[in-house]
Amino acid sequence: MLIPHPLLGPRDSAEFTYLGDASLIARPDGMSDGADEAFYDYLYLRDNPAGIHRELWFHEQGDRSWLVVTRNTLTHEILGAELARDVAMAQRNTPEAKA
Amino acid sequence: MRYSGFRVLREGLFGHKGWKPAWRDPAPKTHYDIIIVGGGGHGLATAHYLAKIYGEKSIAVLEKGWIGGGNVGRNTTIVRSNYLLDGNEPFYEFSLKLWEGLEQDLNYNAMVSQRGILNLCHSDAQRDAYRRRGNAMLLNGADAELLDPDQVRRMAPFLNFDNARFPIKGGLLQRRGGTVRHDAVAWGYARAADSRGVDIIQNCEVTGFRIEKGRVKGVETSRGFIGAGKVGVAVAGSSSRVMEKAGMRLPLESHALQAFVSEGLKPVLPGVITFGAGHFYVSQSDKGGLVFGGDIDGYNSYAQRGNLPVIEDVCEGGMALMPMIGRARLLRMWGGIMDMSMDGSPIIDRTPVDGLYFNGGWCYGGFKATPASGYVFAHLLSTDQPHDTATAYRFDRFRRGYLIDEKGVGAQPNLH
Amino acid sequence: MSQKNRLSGGLIDRSQSLSFTFDGRKYTGHPGDTLASALLANGVRLMGRSFKYHRPRGPLCAGSEEPNALVELRDDARQEPNTRATTAELFDGLSANSQNRWPSLAFDALGINDKFSSFLSAGFYYKTFMWPAAFWEKLYEPMIRRAAGLGSLSMEADPDAYDRGSLYADLLIIGAGPAGLAAALTAGRAGARVILADEDFHMGGRLNAETFPLDDAPAQDWIAATLAELKSLPNVRLMTRTTVLGAFDHGVYGALERVADHLPQPKAHQPRQILWRIQTKRALLCAGATERSIGFENNDRPGIMLAGALRAYANRWAATPAQRVAIFTNNDDGHRGAVDLIAKGVQVTAVIDPRPDAPRIADCELLAGAQVINTQGRLGLSFAELRLSDGSMRIMECGAIGVSGGWNPNVHLTCHQGAKPVWNDEIAAFVPAANTPPGLSIAGAAAGVLSTHGALRTGAEAAAQALEDLGMCASPAPTPTAEDAPIRLSPFWYVAEGKGRAWLDQQNDVTVKDVKLAHQEGFRSVEHLKRYTTLGMATDQGKTANMGGLAVMAEMTGKSIPETGPTMFRPPYTPVAMAAWAGRSRDADFRPTRRSPSHDWAAEQGAVFVEVGQWLRAQWFPQPGEDHWRASVDREVLAVRAGVGVCDVTTLGKIDVQGADAATFLNRIYCNGFAKLAVGKTRYGLMLREDGMAMDDGTAARLAEDHFVVTTTTANAVAVFRHMEFARQCLWPELDVQLISTTEAWAQYAVAGPNSRALLERIVDEGVDISNEAFPFMACGEITICGGLRARLFRISFSGELAYEIAVPTRYGDALMRRLMELGQDLGVTPYGTEALGVLRIEKGHAAGNELNGQTTAANLGLGRMVSSKKDSIGAVLSRREGLSLPDDKRLIGLKPVDAANPLLAGSHLFDQGTEAVAANDQGWVTSVAYSPHMGSSIALAFLKRGDARLGEVIRVVNPLGGSDIEAEIVSPHFIDPEGDRLRA
Repeated sequence: MLIPHPLLGPRDSAEFTYLGDASLIARPDGMSDGADEAFYDYLYLRDNPAGIHRELWFHEQGDRSWLVVTRNTLTHEILGAELARDVAMAQRNTPEAKA
Repeated sequence: MRYSGFRVLREGLFGHKGWKPAWRDPAPKTHYDIIIVGGGGHGLATAHYLAKIYGEKSIAVLEKGWIGGGNVGRNTTIVRSNYLLDGNEPFYEFSLKLWEGLEQDLNYNAMVSQRGILNLCHSDAQRDAYRRRGNAMLLNGADAELLDPDQVRRMAPFLNFDNARFPIKGGLLQRRGGTVRHDAVAWGYARAADSRGVDIIQNCEVTGFRIEKGRVKGVETSRGFIGAGKVGVAVAGSSSRVMEKAGMRLPLESHALQAFVSEGLKPVLPGVITFGAGHFYVSQSDKGGLVFGGDIDGYNSYAQRGNLPVIEDVCEGGMALMPMIGRARLLRMWGGIMDMSMDGSPIIDRTPVDGLYFNGGWCYGGFKATPASGYVFAHLLSTDQPHDTATAYRFDRFRRGYLIDEKGVGAQPNLH
Repeated sequence: MSQKNRLSGGLIDRSQSLSFTFDGRKYTGHPGDTLASALLANGVRLMGRSFKYHRPRGPLCAGSEEPNALVELRDDARQEPNTRATTAELFDGLSANSQNRWPSLAFDALGINDKFSSFLSAGFYYKTFMWPAAFWEKLYEPMIRRAAGLGSLSMEADPDAYDRGSLYADLLIIGAGPAGLAAALTAGRAGARVILADEDFHMGGRLNAETFPLDDAPAQDWIAATLAELKSLPNVRLMTRTTVLGAFDHGVYGALERVADHLPQPKAHQPRQILWRIQTKRALLCAGATERSIGFENNDRPGIMLAGALRAYANRWAATPAQRVAIFTNNDDGHRGAVDLIAKGVQVTAVIDPRPDAPRIADCELLAGAQVINTQGRLGLSFAELRLSDGSMRIMECGAIGVSGGWNPNVHLTCHQGAKPVWNDEIAAFVPAANTPPGLSIAGAAAGVLSTHGALRTGAEAAAQALEDLGMCASPAPTPTAEDAPIRLSPFWYVAEGKGRAWLDQQNDVTVKDVKLAHQEGFRSVEHLKRYTTLGMATDQGKTANMGGLAVMAEMTGKSIPETGPTMFRPPYTPVAMAAWAGRSRDADFRPTRRSPSHDWAAEQGAVFVEVGQWLRAQWFPQPGEDHWRASVDREVLAVRAGVGVCDVTTLGKIDVQGADAATFLNRIYCNGFAKLAVGKTRYGLMLREDGMAMDDGTAARLAEDHFVVTTTTANAVAVFRHMEFARQCLWPELDVQLISTTEAWAQYAVAGPNSRALLERIVDEGVDISNEAFPFMACGEITICGGLRARLFRISFSGELAYEIAVPTRYGDALMRRLMELGQDLGVTPYGTEALGVLRIEKGHAAGNELNGQTTAANLGLGRMVSSKKDSIGAVLSRREGLSLPDDKRLIGLKPVDAANPLLAGSHLFDQGTEAVAANDQGWVTSVAYSPHMGSSIALAFLKRGDARLGEVIRVVNPLGGSDIEAEIVSPHFIDPEGDRLRA
């Protein structure tokens, strides 16, 4: 597979290490009420879709960027890749996160 | 119809006119006491034990495609009970014992071949861990031997002892481990279940569950609604897709695992051998092919195929361990969809929906678990209580922290 | 022996003779021959035995799909089983042996299986060998295994080298027949980067096997001119002997180039084969088509082959299996083969065509509406039995039959990503579906276009289209005039007449009867059929067998063939040697070897090295007179405890953490507090995984307000860095913090023992005060040593002694080690290896890999109180789950044997006295063991249920694997200096 790195262009997937669902970016607040249930959901439950999946890849043999790659798990077609840092920052800036 | 050498002789003499279909091809009834979703090894075994051990009379197995087409038909055929943890070892040892009696139980020769499984170790720490595991196996009534390098060499003189990057420091041997002809497991269970009246319905895809007031009433299928008292789901890599129809999110990811076979060769391997410093395990089939595998491709996938890096990685492991296979040719590769769980161990449990039961999360280990998985799932479906050997395989272990993590890699399915 | 079946012409070089042996017998052939063509020319038809019935077999094909003529090629360590004689290029001195026969090919004892074939029908083994139960492993299976298998391995390591490489292209053209050549011309002239790959050693594909002219001249003229032009184009790479074996994701194709298989052995410094990873923007499949056979009784005798193969042997290789041959065909193409054979002087006794309206094309007897219903002959074909259109029988003497049941497009690569081919009625075959792998198009016979003209035209057009898709300007290359006749075929799969066996899968001995039996027993899905009968599972992967099986099953079920099939095609297209996939990553080069900066110094000292992940580390340093490793290790341990030792700890992971929020960041990474760590101080830190289990431990030293240095264990260096980057980029992107791994940038040494300060004082620069007051336990700082060399000094201790770790830029590591050894001589400075390091840490009760195995909690390690509840750190929340905080859970303790003479063993389990050693009574296990010179006995660390509450009790240490069961006292894991006076000294 080839990962379209947003900074470096297409890179062989063998340069990357895979983590999993990009929902792992949205880590709950460990000091909030109900944190135990929130963390259980965050760490253990997965949509595991057959189709479009947003997922985290680490460019370990490269520039050490974490990427959010959008990929179809049925065909392996890649629809896009973003810097995970940008995705995380954008999520912080949503009204929901601010609330 | 009973199978035997005598019967084979007789049919041979009379032109094989007498053989009957191994299982019927019934139309679905409107209602069953128990419906098993998934006509793979686990589902068919469940049906067999439900009928034979638990005396259930009204059972159907629904299969989207053809029976045995999932992971039971696409694995490396290894059976073993060399587990470490309390939650696992009794279950897998129970499974191995069922394998040992399988042919007689099913009247079907699935070629359970106990030629041993040897896990090689390449460091002192790995040997210590194997000693702990081997002892755990013995304490649970299984068999295990810890071999030193000389004993390994006597058993497998063709291994790389002279020019290895990671020298062989010994191995954990389970002589009762081995291989089973995988397809025959599905067929044997199907035939045995069918003979006890189980309806095996192929080309019947479950498209939804009918749930009323928190209780399952049956399943919607490509062949219409079928009512059921209880529904058990055993669909391996499709678990998340199927259970989503009942509104559940699971602690699972689906990943592609590739497996490989070489061209047929005269016998060279004594049993199963696993490399402890790379991703490679291998056995030799009765037909002569080297059957081998390695690691999953590592990313979520529902495509039954993988990519070059993992193929190369697996063959590198092979060439590091036994360079005498260099001129053997890899003939065929295939992929299965693994239901990788969050701690590497399976789930066999009730669900929040009354009457709906789940069996999945087998990671790499589904094939060897087939008999016990069927047995304990049948127990759960019939009695509503977990079987003694499967009390740990609960959904709530993740929430409550009772993890069964053999590899110690945590909540990252692609590492299990 | 003379080449009695050598014909005129052909693409062989008669000016040279090559001698070779088959089963020890000498023959000659010519350059351009394959082993199969040369043997046929020499009058040899018998080349192999089938898998199950050990039937005598000759070649069925003339290419890589060959199921029968498999040999063991070459000798000794280069012996290569299952090599297709039909593709093995002849070289002088070639040696081949037949396989899967005993004692000889002509007389094979297991040929007896054939006599009992009616008892060995499809799947018979599933129904028998069950009684008595114990006999399977002891008797039946060994018997089956001995008989099974095809060729044999030499059991020696493969002596040849293999390479892997990457290639890039705009257009990869797979197959260099008429379609591929026309495509290459089109794309090459347009300036695209083109790779043209063909599995054969002579490009041209079917043009080489036929005699149709191109532009009224021999096709070879056009091939030569085309190849000459392509070679002249710098943007075109021609790859012969290269099989494109698989279509993988995102335009990646795997290809195997056989660099040296046509030579006796690879030239010096040359690989035998290269596995290419070809990354291409577009690919064009021009892989042609494979002919299929017709099932009839005893259709497997040597001499019976595909009509196209018979034609290829005659035209390309000037060889024939016999001087009298017959053709049995259901299509016009078979007739055209007869024309060629007659032109070569081969006597064609008849063309037998089941079509009543079969055309008269060849100048020989035509038996329209007739069928071959059986054959005779012992080790090769002698007679064919025919049923003529009027119902009469005829026996025909012939030494070969060319059989054609039509052609199957080679759609394999189009299916590698899950597409299923679709049925085409006109040619009665599967052709590629629309949803082929992205970027792959198909031309020529592979697309079902079976005429030469059609191949040339579609090849040129498809290449032009592919380039247009890429935004390049291309027009189809003009193609020469060529034959354009339809093959006109009436589907005819097998001869219904006869009680005997008609073969479908020749290698695996699957017959029409077996397919019918599978149907009778309910194995009707094509995948069930395949798995039950082994149809299509042979080394040709069903290329010659599947269609026939599908057709028979379709007839039985009353469904159409496309409703019944097709089966799935998977990589590789043809089998590929294990060694080729592995390339250079084998033996000692399996994985990279990492050496620390003072590796050479250690080697000079005679150190014994040990693999630690990819690192090689000094394990101990034997001295003269030490004849056992323990002697060396004990000496090293005692030297540290009494004087000073130096250990290379460069392999520990080192991560530089900088930025205004560095402390905040580490405070969230570690479960214990780091926010308030003072500058110039180091703290032990425990990292948890988010699931609450211990992940790694190490130290973090605060060199400045905004600068920390984190160390990790050797094993987890990569994983911890990845984890921290995940936290930095994904979890807390708003923090001002930067990370860089500096593991390779700094050489680091532990200097441990009561004399360690004295030793270091000799290297630190003037003005650097490392006295206990100025540089107490857990201090850290950036200093200079040896006259201005920058260094980092940490006062931390793994051994429990007064100790330091000192780091210098990597290139000074070797020099520093030598300097310390030189300056410390009078202090008794002793280098120590990982073994002594292990003993020292066990004596001190420090956890390491055996304890931090990913299955333990902070509480298990006795570090439960480190997990702060006053802050949010990774893993804190889930570490508080019920199952991870049970009061009677296991705790890290120390063990010492009651009888000091008894050694403890890591991996032993713990049992209370008086209980039975079964799993239910298991109390824990021993994690790490060492002989402690300090204690004078074996000591251990262990996890024990409620261990911290049981100090002083005696427990049993049981190792059922070794049969030992000894008593040990439960003690604190801190065997040495539990108060920590030494390390603060």
